Amino acid sequence: MRELRIHGRGGQGSVTAAELIAVAAFEGGMHAQAFPAFGVERRGAPVQAFVRFDNKKIRLRSQIYEPDYIIVQDSTLIKDVNVFFGMKEGGIAIVNTEKAIDSPVPKGVKVITIDATSIALQKIGLPITNTALMGAFAAASGEIAFAALEDAVKRRFRGDLATKNIAAAKAAFDAVKGAA
Amino acid sequence: MLQITEGSLAVADAVGKCRPQVIAAYPITPQTHIVEALAEMVANCTIDAEYITVESEFSALSACLGASAAGSRVYSATTSQGLALMFEVCFNCAGMRLPVVMTIANRALGAPLSIWNDQQDSISLRDSGWLQFYAEDNQEATDLHYLAYRVSEDHSVLLPSFVCFDGFILSHTYEPVDILSQEEVDRYLPRFRPFQRLDADDPISFGLFAAPDYYMEFRYEIDQAAKKALSVFPKAGREFAELFGRDYSGLVESYRMEDADCALVAMGSLCGTVKDAIDDLRDAGRKVGLLKIRTFRPFPAEEVKKALSGVSRVAVLDKNISLGSKGAVALEVKDALYGSQIPVHDYIIGLGGRDVQKKDIARVVTLAEEGKGDLYYGLREEVLK
Repeated sequence: MRELRIHGRGGQGSVTAAELIAVAAFEGGMHAQAFPAFGVERRGAPVQAFVRFDNKKIRLRSQIYEPDYIIVQDSTLIKDVNVFFGMKEGGIAIVNTEKAIDSPVPKGVKVITIDATSIALQKIGLPITNTALMGAFAAASGEIAFAALEDAVKRRFRGDLATKNIAAAKAAFDAVKGAA
Repeated sequence: MLQITEGSLAVADAVGKCRPQVIAAYPITPQTHIVEALAEMVANCTIDAEYITVESEFSALSACLGASAAGSRVYSATTSQGLALMFEVCFNCAGMRLPVVMTIANRALGAPLSIWNDQQDSISLRDSGWLQFYAEDNQEATDLHYLAYRVSEDHSVLLPSFVCFDGFILSHTYEPVDILSQEEVDRYLPRFRPFQRLDADDPISFGLFAAPDYYMEFRYEIDQAAKKALSVFPKAGREFAELFGRDYSGLVESYRMEDADCALVAMGSLCGTVKDAIDDLRDAGRKVGLLKIRTFRPFPAEEVKKALSGVSRVAVLDKNISLGSKGAVALEVKDALYGSQIPVHDYIIGLGGRDVQKKDIARVVTLAEEGKGDLYYGLREEVLK
């Protein structure tokens, strides 16, 4: 079983991102589970959402404390929240930022930075980064195929909005693949 | 067909396919997504039901009571404070022998206010005459609705049912669920056939008044009807298994109980985490098993006694506390095992949404082996000073 923890702020679509990633993983033939860590959500407050992937039925219901992957939707969270908590050696952290990370990162964790906000503004016209970060996650982790991601986005959004979100995901996917 | 969906939406889909004729509910977190989805189905005419919007949970269940007495299949859903507000109507539904089915998205009760999960809400209605079924995952949560209508409407039972699934932990989780088609559900669940109903041309009365010379007999009959569900539920489960392969015929379910030395007892979504913890413990050579309680009301004391007869100790995980006494499940288990020498340790755990991890389950097993029980697991040190 592999585990993903998404750190975001209320309103940034962390829960939607978790659901879409789980849907894409399921479409790709895996078992997947997505759930939010419900707190007292306000816009801008730190929030978390979780995804598990396995090739068999997932029974575990606890929150995720030792993730294989994290997605950080807003790099300003790093100074408020220990986003790297529990990360294992060999883990992958995908961080939305236009700069390099200047905070300490656990040993053996690979950090991939992506300017998802600029991609989202360019492709969608809004600073909603979850589909761009999904693209980056698909490229970095290999847990979901891009075609499955596309299916999941099309199921959630209609028409033009789906097209724009897929474009954002593709741009981030290509950027991460290109950098690798 | 296997689909990945949110627990609440899977439940709403199943309820819609049970063809309820009247739905009345008041939105409350974490139940809201279920009733929103059903309201949408009614508005879009994808189901043929009357959706009664009400100003409170008391009114929601009162509307269900009236509609059920008039001969309709009815549905509601609630949680926590909402269920507390229905308290009086709950007893009336059971007393009038109305087969209402209601989903409980289990949540803690205030004060202090908590929107998070435990099972205090439904457990607090244990003496109301409602049958109570607990789901481990969203597949079971959806399927138990089909069984609940079958059992509640059985003319030898005629009692209302709670289908309990843990708030947020299941209600807000996306996971794969096998969604039955309308034709499949229709094959399992026939149209509602009321035993008796309000009819202006043939008047009867429900739930009026019983003087001391008859009241006890009514209570006896309700109790007998609840106990009748001990045989009706397994039959409904077997018939479901014959059609769809998933077997809910057990009032309890054993997991790796063969040769188990220590048995954990749990209800609801905690069972999934416990099963994973047991696999790890077994790999480490510890003889541990799980007894999952599916029907808390009626309580399957005989099945519990039989399943636990060979173990050296029992550790009950209670997501509730009967304040001033013990966890409600432990009380039942102790009663079932009365006269045996098997120690039963109670652990109050996961109240108000406190997360339970595999390592917590392993710790509970160790505590039970050390004979340390009847405690709140994982309390902050400062309250113990």
